[in-house]
Amino acid sequence: MSKKTVLFDLHRQMGGRMVSFGGWDMPLHYGSQLEEHHAVRRAAGMFDVSHMTVVDIEGPEARPFLRHLLANDVARLTQPGKALYSCMLNSEGGVIDDLITYFLDAGWYRMVVNAATTEKDLAWLQPQAADFAVTVTPRRDLAMVAVQGPQARQRALPLLPAGLQTQASELKPFFATHGDDWFVGRTGYTGEDGFEVMLPAAEAAGFWQRLADAGVAPCGLGARDTLRLEAGMNLYGSDMDEETSPLEAGLGWTIAWEPAERDFIGRAMLEAKRETAGLRRFVGLVLEGRGVLRNHQKLFLGEQEIGEITSGGFAPTLERSIALARVAPEIGKGGEVEIRGKRVPVRVVNPPFVRNGKSLI
Amino acid sequence: MSDLPSELKYTKEHEWVRDEGDGTVTIGISDHAQEQLGDLVFVELPEVGDSVEAGRECGVVESVKAASDIYCPVSGEVVGINETLADTPETANQDPFGDGWLLRVKLTDTSQLDGLMDADAYAELIAAEAH
Repeated sequence: MSKKTVLFDLHRQMGGRMVSFGGWDMPLHYGSQLEEHHAVRRAAGMFDVSHMTVVDIEGPEARPFLRHLLANDVARLTQPGKALYSCMLNSEGGVIDDLITYFLDAGWYRMVVNAATTEKDLAWLQPQAADFAVTVTPRRDLAMVAVQGPQARQRALPLLPAGLQTQASELKPFFATHGDDWFVGRTGYTGEDGFEVMLPAAEAAGFWQRLADAGVAPCGLGARDTLRLEAGMNLYGSDMDEETSPLEAGLGWTIAWEPAERDFIGRAMLEAKRETAGLRRFVGLVLEGRGVLRNHQKLFLGEQEIGEITSGGFAPTLERSIALARVAPEIGKGGEVEIRGKRVPVRVVNPPFVRNGKSLI
Repeated sequence: MSDLPSELKYTKEHEWVRDEGDGTVTIGISDHAQEQLGDLVFVELPEVGDSVEAGRECGVVESVKAASDIYCPVSGEVVGINETLADTPETANQDPFGDGWLLRVKLTDTSQLDGLMDADAYAELIAAEAH
């Protein structure tokens, strides 16, 4: 039996085609995934991301705990409200999950973890936390709505609690503010400006309806995936998992190697791997011709298979197909992908493909 | 879902076939098929003059979600393809039983159509798949 977010009935009313995702019944689209994608690139769209889990880490040792738990270093967060993207690794250096951590004060950090990984994340976190003076609290009482697009902030601001509007309007990218049990971060998963809003579940339907009335388009998981792919953002379970190190998933930049004495989980294995020859590269691919690149298609250089697409699809903003792929280091400027038995040429690029509505390729 | 045109024949692969009465048929995908696929972004069709065989794949429709083979419902020779789908594949979403047709085939044998479903039988098939 799939779980339902507090917005389930509204999704149905708004024409959402519901699918099962990570144990939840979620909207795939509300009629046209392409139109929803364009709404976010050109104006404003909203996503129900209440299936993701907010986890509060509180206590005097919250900071040392997270410095041990995460591959990125929360000591980099010095200003209250600042957010940090990080992988949570196992001792082999594989990725248990990728997540955002917000620094609120010395004794309070807030993490947002993926839906499908929530139970295993908590099962990992709880015993690690036992060695520190911290509490780990999944905030299932909160719903979460992402409002994204060039007009997202302007349309969402007047709908926030009055006491939060000024602070929210002054947020810099990758900062958050909170009050009255609402939490507003200038973060997202689309490559556009916008907010991610956590709020009491009972207030979520009203907020969603008011956003819709303000012309913000409801968007489903389909558009969320094409937007994040264009933005060159990794998807857990496709682009990386417990068998993959961040070094081979384009996430080397999220590992804080300094200070060298910080002993985070997975560090020893990552340091050994970093010295290994032949580490696979994580690259972007652009299909020059027609067709659609899909997950698990193979990349070839001449007759040699040199890699695999981890996320592929159609990029509505670019009107062509793009992909993220893990490939052998000898990859050059291009190669060929096998689509249903036929080899088609692709160009290798550095993600992101699209940022703030503009093509970067 | 829109009503199923009663003058068409249907297949269990969710294609429709219209008998043009001159030994040729027009083939497309059903409204149910396009709805299941979602927004179409690419359609690959055979070339005029190609011979096609009933039950064999004769093209591909790709949506944002997935690629789906088109299984030719009849055997014969391709005498026309819908060129507009190259630039506007979404036509098959918007008007699957009309402007969104895929190809025309000259039948090797007109009795082939007898084995296809009528609209009522196809409606039952869709209803059964929904459960």
